[in-house]
Amino acid sequence: MNSEEGKQMVNYYSVGAEIDLGTPVSGSAEPITLTIDGTPITVPKGTSVMRAAAIAGTNIPRLCATEDLEPFGSCRLCLVEIEGRSGYPASCTTDVEPGMKVFTQTDHVAKLRRNVMELYISDHPLDCLTCPTNGNCELQDMAGAVGLREVRYGYEGSNHLDEPKDESAPYFTFDPSKCIQCSRCVRACEEQQGTYALTIDGRGFDSQIVASQKEDFLSSECVSCGACVKACPTATLTEKSIIKFGQPDKATITTCAYCGVGCSFRAEMQGDQLVRMVPNRDGHANHGHACVKGRFAFGYATHADRITTPLIRESIHDEWRKVSWQEAIKFAATQLKNIQKEFGRKSIGGITSSRCTNEEVFVVQKFIRTAMGNNNVDTCARVCHSPTGYGLKTTLGESAGTQTFDSVMAADSIIIIGANPTDAHPVFASQMMRRLRQGASLIIADPRAIDLVDMPHVQADHHLQLRPGTNVALINALAHTIIDEGLEDKKFIDERCEPDAYEIWKKFIGEQRNSPEALAEVTGVPAGQVRAAARLYANADNGAIYYGLGVTEHSQGSTMVMGIANLAMVTGNLGRDGVGVNPLRGQNNVQGSCDMGSFPHELPGYRHLSDEVARKLFEAEWKVELDSEPGYRIPNMFDAAVAGEFKGLYIQGEDIAQSDPDTQHVHAALSAMQCVIVQDLFLNETAKFAHVFFPGSSFLEKDGTFTNAERRISPVRKVMEPKSGMSEWEITCALSTEMGYEMSYEHPRQIMEEIARLTPTFSGVSYEKIDALGSIQWPCNDQAPNGTPFMHVDEFVRGKGFFAPTPYVATDERSNSRYPLLLTTGRILSQYNVGAQTRRTENLQYHDEDRLEIHPEDAQLRGIVDGSWVGIKSRAGETVLRACITDRVQPGVIYTTFHHPESGANVVTTDNSDWATNCPEYKVTAVQAYPVSQPSQWQEMFQRFDKEQQELLASSQETVE
Amino acid sequence: MTKVFIPSDTTARSLNADAVAVAVGALGEDIELVRTGSRGLYWLEPLLEIETSDGRIGFPNVSVESVHALFAEGIPTLEHEKCLGLVEQHQWLGHKRLTCARLGIIDPLSLTDYLDHDGFTGLAAALKMTPQEIVGEVTASGLRGRGGAAFPTGIKWQTVLDTQSEQKYIVCNADEGDSGTFVDRMLMEGDPLRLIEGMAIAALAVSATIGYVYVRAEYPQAIATLQRAVEIAEGAGYIGKSINGSEQAFHLEVRKAAGSYICGEETAMLESLEGKRGVVRYRPPLPAIKGLFGQPTVVNNLVSLATVPDILAKGAHNYAKIGKDRSKGTLTVQLAGNIKRAGLLEVPFGITLREILEDFGGGSFSGRPIKAVQAGGPLGTYMPETEFDTSMDYEAFKDIGAMLGHGGLVAFDDTVDLAEMAQFAMEFCAIESCGKCTPCRIGSVRGVEVIERIRAGENADENRILLKDLCDTMIEGSLCALGGMAPLPVLSVMEKFPDEL
Repeated sequence: MNSEEGKQMVNYYSVGAEIDLGTPVSGSAEPITLTIDGTPITVPKGTSVMRAAAIAGTNIPRLCATEDLEPFGSCRLCLVEIEGRSGYPASCTTDVEPGMKVFTQTDHVAKLRRNVMELYISDHPLDCLTCPTNGNCELQDMAGAVGLREVRYGYEGSNHLDEPKDESAPYFTFDPSKCIQCSRCVRACEEQQGTYALTIDGRGFDSQIVASQKEDFLSSECVSCGACVKACPTATLTEKSIIKFGQPDKATITTCAYCGVGCSFRAEMQGDQLVRMVPNRDGHANHGHACVKGRFAFGYATHADRITTPLIRESIHDEWRKVSWQEAIKFAATQLKNIQKEFGRKSIGGITSSRCTNEEVFVVQKFIRTAMGNNNVDTCARVCHSPTGYGLKTTLGESAGTQTFDSVMAADSIIIIGANPTDAHPVFASQMMRRLRQGASLIIADPRAIDLVDMPHVQADHHLQLRPGTNVALINALAHTIIDEGLEDKKFIDERCEPDAYEIWKKFIGEQRNSPEALAEVTGVPAGQVRAAARLYANADNGAIYYGLGVTEHSQGSTMVMGIANLAMVTGNLGRDGVGVNPLRGQNNVQGSCDMGSFPHELPGYRHLSDEVARKLFEAEWKVELDSEPGYRIPNMFDAAVAGEFKGLYIQGEDIAQSDPDTQHVHAALSAMQCVIVQDLFLNETAKFAHVFFPGSSFLEKDGTFTNAERRISPVRKVMEPKSGMSEWEITCALSTEMGYEMSYEHPRQIMEEIARLTPTFSGVSYEKIDALGSIQWPCNDQAPNGTPFMHVDEFVRGKGFFAPTPYVATDERSNSRYPLLLTTGRILSQYNVGAQTRRTENLQYHDEDRLEIHPEDAQLRGIVDGSWVGIKSRAGETVLRACITDRVQPGVIYTTFHHPESGANVVTTDNSDWATNCPEYKVTAVQAYPVSQPSQWQEMFQRFDKEQQELLASSQETVE
Repeated sequence: MTKVFIPSDTTARSLNADAVAVAVGALGEDIELVRTGSRGLYWLEPLLEIETSDGRIGFPNVSVESVHALFAEGIPTLEHEKCLGLVEQHQWLGHKRLTCARLGIIDPLSLTDYLDHDGFTGLAAALKMTPQEIVGEVTASGLRGRGGAAFPTGIKWQTVLDTQSEQKYIVCNADEGDSGTFVDRMLMEGDPLRLIEGMAIAALAVSATIGYVYVRAEYPQAIATLQRAVEIAEGAGYIGKSINGSEQAFHLEVRKAAGSYICGEETAMLESLEGKRGVVRYRPPLPAIKGLFGQPTVVNNLVSLATVPDILAKGAHNYAKIGKDRSKGTLTVQLAGNIKRAGLLEVPFGITLREILEDFGGGSFSGRPIKAVQAGGPLGTYMPETEFDTSMDYEAFKDIGAMLGHGGLVAFDDTVDLAEMAQFAMEFCAIESCGKCTPCRIGSVRGVEVIERIRAGENADENRILLKDLCDTMIEGSLCALGGMAPLPVLSVMEKFPDEL
């Protein structure tokens, strides 16, 4: 069935070369009319002559100019003649003026350009035919365009041809012999990325591009975002994949499958070989920028570890058997049906993936509600942003961020709480840094000094370095200050918010116990600093709050989200550009998986199961009666499994055995089940406990949509056929049909049509519209046919904003004499979550193990030295990591990342969770740390189990076929 | 008590003026030693002056050894055989000095001396005027930028005044790097309060509250003297939180330059002041609209700013009546190279080059005929003897393709190899190029190579065509004046000394 349908489904959104008009677009609306080579043209004021000419269809030769960067005026190729002006102005740095008469091609400028090009080529290798950028080199193009025919200077003069190549970076090379000193790389590093890793050393002919203090690229401050590589007009900075494969011959616009920024990319291909991923300039979330993951770390998609054949086994200690799709689906369906027969309808369930497309998630939750006949569906958002859904729905009326990313460019004061954008949302961080460099103020609330606290050209005005677990105390102290000092936006509150709730809240927050002075003891943040930060935010014209899992993954995660919404409402910072409450989503489709009805109590579009009208709508469409009782949340599933009541689980692309807290409990639950079905790319930690393995497909192998942190629905487009021969939505449909509920679609677009029919906020969404607009921010319906950049503009989705009281309740997870330290966790730039993808790329060169950050005082007290092994023990478990001694963390707090399964970070985390949503309290675990000389018992067990499972996988491949 | 004056200017010190001063100081209690700047009569340094009832008398080329002989019979008088007479009557001081009026006369760090010599009278006048009136006065004076570009100072100020901004800056370009120039250094070492006064007036004129003086790194004494002068002016309330009691603040800071010729180019200087690499910016936007830290900025040469107090004190009309045609006021000529009498002259525009070289300079140091003069620094043309009768004014120089620049003149006798000098022009550009634009970065290096080939007789005719082509490319294609003008000395040799290259 696959090949025929596959042919029909091939719908490349193929695009030609990216068009570059030379200089950035002008923000002005004022029209200016001029003539270029005699032809009149009207362009906005502030447009360069170069851009105006390009719009008119004339490409003036250029090398240092690109639309992605501010004009620079160094290459001197774009010189033109302008009537009434002396000399030869550079068209990139000359703005249009009314009535201006520009001549782009006179004999004189032609000669001038040729002579300048002659100088360039007098110091450039003549190896075009064997050069990696042959066919895609701007220098080559320009030499052609200006008609260079000879280099009269000869090639014996001073030159840079023997400069050594730097191949240290994993994904690109730096060949200074080909450098033309256009500074595009330096400017891209500064303007686009904001890292300032590159500079020019020396002057004149000795000028050279250097990374950091003349270090190689790998050891420098370079973060491998690839902006310099994209900007380079020659082969100086070139992707290693281009060197290996050559130039791509086609490109397809698609959306990155890593974090919640949702960058748009051009997947550049040769046949079905992905040659490189290049950030799309027209991408609405990333505007042509990328990070090391999306730009380069795609090698996992074709990694040898990919499993491409369905596997089944009776017991987890059996060898895997490679079987046909038909057999695997039949096996799985039979197992699930038998379990239901024996243990009841509710004894099985499923988990949807925040990594899969909206369409794939939708069919999984539909499968569970129809074929399984229960609501035992949950998603990995349970363990990350479920409090966002609860908190924002309660206060504002919609479970989503309120802004576009671009909105940050209008923010005057930015608060970041419990988020680390430069590592976890790097492309948005770069945009935010641009705004910060323009002068917006910055307040960071984090127990740890994240990079943004102090970076080149970005320094936080206040780093509120609170103790882990005291978020709500801090947000209350900030809100108290605003009420106490009369900084509230009375007009906004009067017009937009529920008066009674506000009065109750105001009385509550005004109480002395919520003052910064009273809470300083709790949070560890000096009262004066809290007050100063509150004033900075409240007095700004536009204040914007960005937050991450440091807010949600707490016992009071939902309370904190409401506290943030309260703070935004009380200062009137909602409902327009530059403001808002902005959750930074961890995974590519967290927003989408939640939107698609992945919760046990909610149908797609966040409609509660008890909502009769909504339920009837779905029943009519799906022609089945739906259970009106909410199902199990993930932690309930584990508890029920351990109790012997829950026996079968269908897991779509999530590695709960590594990512969920209290690993040993999760492993016990998985071991207790009779049928665990894992649909994934790799034999992940969870698959080691599975009985059925459905090989999934990478984002390159599927059509569909992802919804990013700004509610932006972006297209995912298939650039190669699924390696398993079956699309993921097809697998789910087949399983459902086999279970007795027939489900079939011809293409994911039909799934989106169904979503649109059933979900009011999606009613205007279609693939045609996504193709036309590029992306759409929901709600998209009759009221907002092109989507909604800013939520809650005239009124809140719930009508009036609701101030929810947010009393601070200390977590049970407190340090004591036995567990005197607080462990908190986070992510690092080069690795992504459980690392299943990034660990299978060269990103390992940046981060090959999780380290334990510990303050020098705590380390000294315990005799821990940098790089030594440290045991970490909580009431849940024990693991061992190597120490990294740093004052990024405060005394009493230790920190690690969780990208490597053998690290066992979640062996230590506990089953504590958010009171409202059960989101685990990953961010606070009371622990002890001590020097050790060997791995923990759990780690040894992990290694044994991992070895066994790898062998079972390997032998299966040997026995069958 | 007799006042004895010995310059403490760098040039005088390099000729042992400090030791002379020590020797004079040891002579006895009836001598009051005053260290001054230099009058710029450099062939006479160390020039010791003694105050008499008729005026100051001068004793040239004093050494430690000669001090004792000089003072052997008490304080020497006008009749002493070594005395060159009343210094004020020296030929070089025959034209009334304006900008350099106090040089060699006052103790540069004595506020009393400064006030006794009409100091801060320009500022006092400016404080009674509106910003527009000050700008109007400077415009009416006809003062043109003395850094080389000769742009009318008043018009530049008007642009800054008319550009709305909360923050504006005054930047003095004292990164004096042209060969044969030293007047900026002399003014900083000899009359620094004059510059401070001029900058305070500029600040009032455009409502700027912060100023910077970007001083050549190789001028340690100028930096130290100026820094001390800023402290004195601030301590006395002339600048700082308030300009002499007015509503307006003016904070002045002295910055040591980055040690690169290109940092004297105004936009590269602004980059350097911002803490960045000294790389040229494209223009427009003009610094007057978007200058230091993106704000409207007056960028003036030191001499321009140091001339402003006089204009305000005595009126634009008095200044404008000096000079010739559109070149108003005086030119500070710095005479150097192969010349008998080298030093600083301040003369009205309109005097001829020959008068300077022969009447004041006394011909070449070697005694051989002067073959060429490079005017206006390393980017200036080589002028042959046939052009020596050119009037020293902006337009006359421009008419023959030459430029006055910052007023430096370097003389060469007939032993000079002008092809080598042409090659040096390209070498200088190659060494000092910031590297931003291609014609300058690569062109200057190729220029050296092509001239080498011509001098070696390698395909000389073809290479001459190539050199001409290269010069045109650099002139028309370069981003700033360095690459745009470095070919001028080369072309001048090719055109005016055709036998040489």
